[in-house]
Amino acid sequence: MTSDTTIDRDTGFPPPGEPRFDSIAAVRSGLAGVDYLADEGIAGIVYLADRLAKPVLVEGPAGTGKTELAKSVARMTGSRLIRLQCYEGLDESKALYEWNYKKQLLRIQADAGQSWEQLEEDIFAEEFLLARPLLEAIRSPDPVVLLVDEVDRVELETEALLLEVLSEYQVSIPELGTVRATRIPMVFLTSNNTRELSEALKRRCLYLHVDYPDLDRERAIISTRVPGISAELADQVARIVRSIRSMDLKKHPSVSETIDWARTLVVLGVESIGAEQARDTLNILLKYRTDIERASKELVGSDLGA
Amino acid sequence: MLDLLAGFVAELRLAGIPVSLSEHLDAAEAIPHIPLEDREALKYALAASLVKSGAHWRAFETAFEVYFALRGPAYAIDGDGVPGEREDGQQPPDGRGLAGSGGQRGLGAGGSGDAMTPEELADLLYRALAGANQALLAAVARHAVARFAGMEPGRPVGGTYYLYRTLRNLDLDGVLARLMAEHPGSPGAPRPAPGEEPATEGDAPDLTPLETRLLREEYQSRIDALRREIEDEIRRRLVADRGSEALAKSLRAPLPEDIDFMHASREELAALRQALRPLSRKLAVRLARKRRHGRKGPLDFRATVRHSLSTGGVPVDPRFKFPRPAKPEIVVIADISGSVASFARFTLHLVHAISSQFSQVRSFVFIDGVDEVTSFFEGVDDPVEAVHRINTEADVVWVDGHSDYGHALSVFNERWGMEIGPRTSVLLLGDARNNYHASQAWVVGDIRKRARHVYWLNPEPQAYWDSGDSIVGEYGVHCDEVVECRTLRQLERFVGTLE
Repeated sequence: MTSDTTIDRDTGFPPPGEPRFDSIAAVRSGLAGVDYLADEGIAGIVYLADRLAKPVLVEGPAGTGKTELAKSVARMTGSRLIRLQCYEGLDESKALYEWNYKKQLLRIQADAGQSWEQLEEDIFAEEFLLARPLLEAIRSPDPVVLLVDEVDRVELETEALLLEVLSEYQVSIPELGTVRATRIPMVFLTSNNTRELSEALKRRCLYLHVDYPDLDRERAIISTRVPGISAELADQVARIVRSIRSMDLKKHPSVSETIDWARTLVVLGVESIGAEQARDTLNILLKYRTDIERASKELVGSDLGA
Repeated sequence: MLDLLAGFVAELRLAGIPVSLSEHLDAAEAIPHIPLEDREALKYALAASLVKSGAHWRAFETAFEVYFALRGPAYAIDGDGVPGEREDGQQPPDGRGLAGSGGQRGLGAGGSGDAMTPEELADLLYRALAGANQALLAAVARHAVARFAGMEPGRPVGGTYYLYRTLRNLDLDGVLARLMAEHPGSPGAPRPAPGEEPATEGDAPDLTPLETRLLREEYQSRIDALRREIEDEIRRRLVADRGSEALAKSLRAPLPEDIDFMHASREELAALRQALRPLSRKLAVRLARKRRHGRKGPLDFRATVRHSLSTGGVPVDPRFKFPRPAKPEIVVIADISGSVASFARFTLHLVHAISSQFSQVRSFVFIDGVDEVTSFFEGVDDPVEAVHRINTEADVVWVDGHSDYGHALSVFNERWGMEIGPRTSVLLLGDARNNYHASQAWVVGDIRKRARHVYWLNPEPQAYWDSGDSIVGEYGVHCDEVVECRTLRQLERFVGTLE
């Protein structure tokens, strides 16, 4: 393949390593093998991310399987998943690395006789470095998948922390030098789109917008993720959920909530969903009282009125 | 291929999607990895590297369909709609739409297209929709376009006209009604097909309302699929006729945040409403952040001393108080007469959606009378409902229901003017087209004296200001600023600066 030549032009860029996947279809079937039903777009982008050695920025409504995608890719490739959960106030020492001050202090006290130069060289060695998720992902000799979850939660300034890792796959530590990746990890960033991410970050990533699945895919997802569900019930669940998503609600039911609902129905031994069952179990799908009221009104309301 | 890509990127930029050079390079790098015969894969690859926002997807898709359209003689617009070539080499005369696509798309239905009457086509359409037969649906779309759209080569129009003509002839609403009507009564009519579970369950004589609803949605989604198929078909033919670039220009639609409030079509208004919700959330986050991470304030003595304990009482690390700027009070006074109603609606939505960022929001609407509508937004989750109540319940007509800014503003000043204090920012929304009534501009000056800021948001382009009966200039001298506010983008920028 031409991939090696196109990527290697940068001096000091880590070797991309063997491509992980042969074709888009292979990605798709591989993901299906770990119970993640990808559509054409998702599989294509995972494949490209591997070939181009680029991170993937996954955006979309909550509960559409963004985090699950990263986990599934890790499972499929047999890699370790390293997860960096973002939150407001995340900083370098939580994301990249931190010096182990206590250990350094002990080291200094342990042999007080040493000259300053010697000591300085000593206490800024790898031994005293606490690797945080980003550095850990870069240094790891085993294949890893790095998941930077909910990247929209960090402040705009903190995003800059990620840039070096994402574009060069290296971390610069002033006292030590630059740590390069031995092998480019697959990187997934997820965002719930609560704020606009910076251009610099977006530019370095492939962009994947994950939306609610269409009817057929949702039905397939329910069938794979809910053991023991009949085809009719899965179909009905998928249809009702589509119907609810077309309403104007505060929060639409996510895929995971749909699966929960289907599981509940299976546990309750429901064969087919009537107005009764729908009304009684809607609180699993919807989490706002006003949403539940409206949905049950629209779904079975005419029943009551008649 | 690279040339094609460059043209495509240029088109995206013209459509308003920001594509940087490095993204262009990424796309070029991605292409060799994609099997070229896989059009969908190419589409996703380009989207992943070029488009970095979910809201831009539609614009991208349109441009992609135009630039990477399926081409070939089969899509040529001909007087008779006759495809020139066919794989099975039959004579062209009986190769109209249906039969031609039959060969291409693996559909068995043969027969001469010429002999097809509208009734037969309608029947075929009904069968395709009832059976969810994708191939048949595509064939019907092709045939319907060839027959009804009346496309003429070289005519420089967009596809909407052709679409309208085709859909009018197909009478999709009637088909939907027929599908619904015939469903329960005719057990054997629709053949069982994938996705037809209710049909097999439908042995019961009556469908429950829930099932009816689901069934209707199922058919509706199939009809939507047909609609898309027809749109695609028309676009393919137009591309074949006029080339990508010319067509892309006439199909170019503004991004949701660039849609003009005043001239938005119904679909565009829906897109605007969709864009509003994430926008208000983002805006709230940004405003909250701005308040929190303000400049440093004066020295916080207590915290400094407390912190100095770790350095043996030496205040190495001085601590500062972070001032929390007071949240502003907002008073919105909006013209809701017909011409600017949609603009006022969006602004009211937005302000109320982020009302947690203001200490108080009060809304007033007027045409020639004025009324307070703040309570309509309270405890209402759904802004649409609030707007509906405003339109039906607010007492805004004084004489004739034509805008009279002068009267409305002076009444406002009499009744509520005293409640405007030094922390209040007043937003006046309207085009200031006063129907040649007296302007009473001094009222705005009076409000300005008491308020912190007075802004005028005008949904008209700046070039139209003070033309005809617009007297925004007269009011403008009393305002801190008159802002042109025609799109969501402009509205967002303005609200972001409020303090």
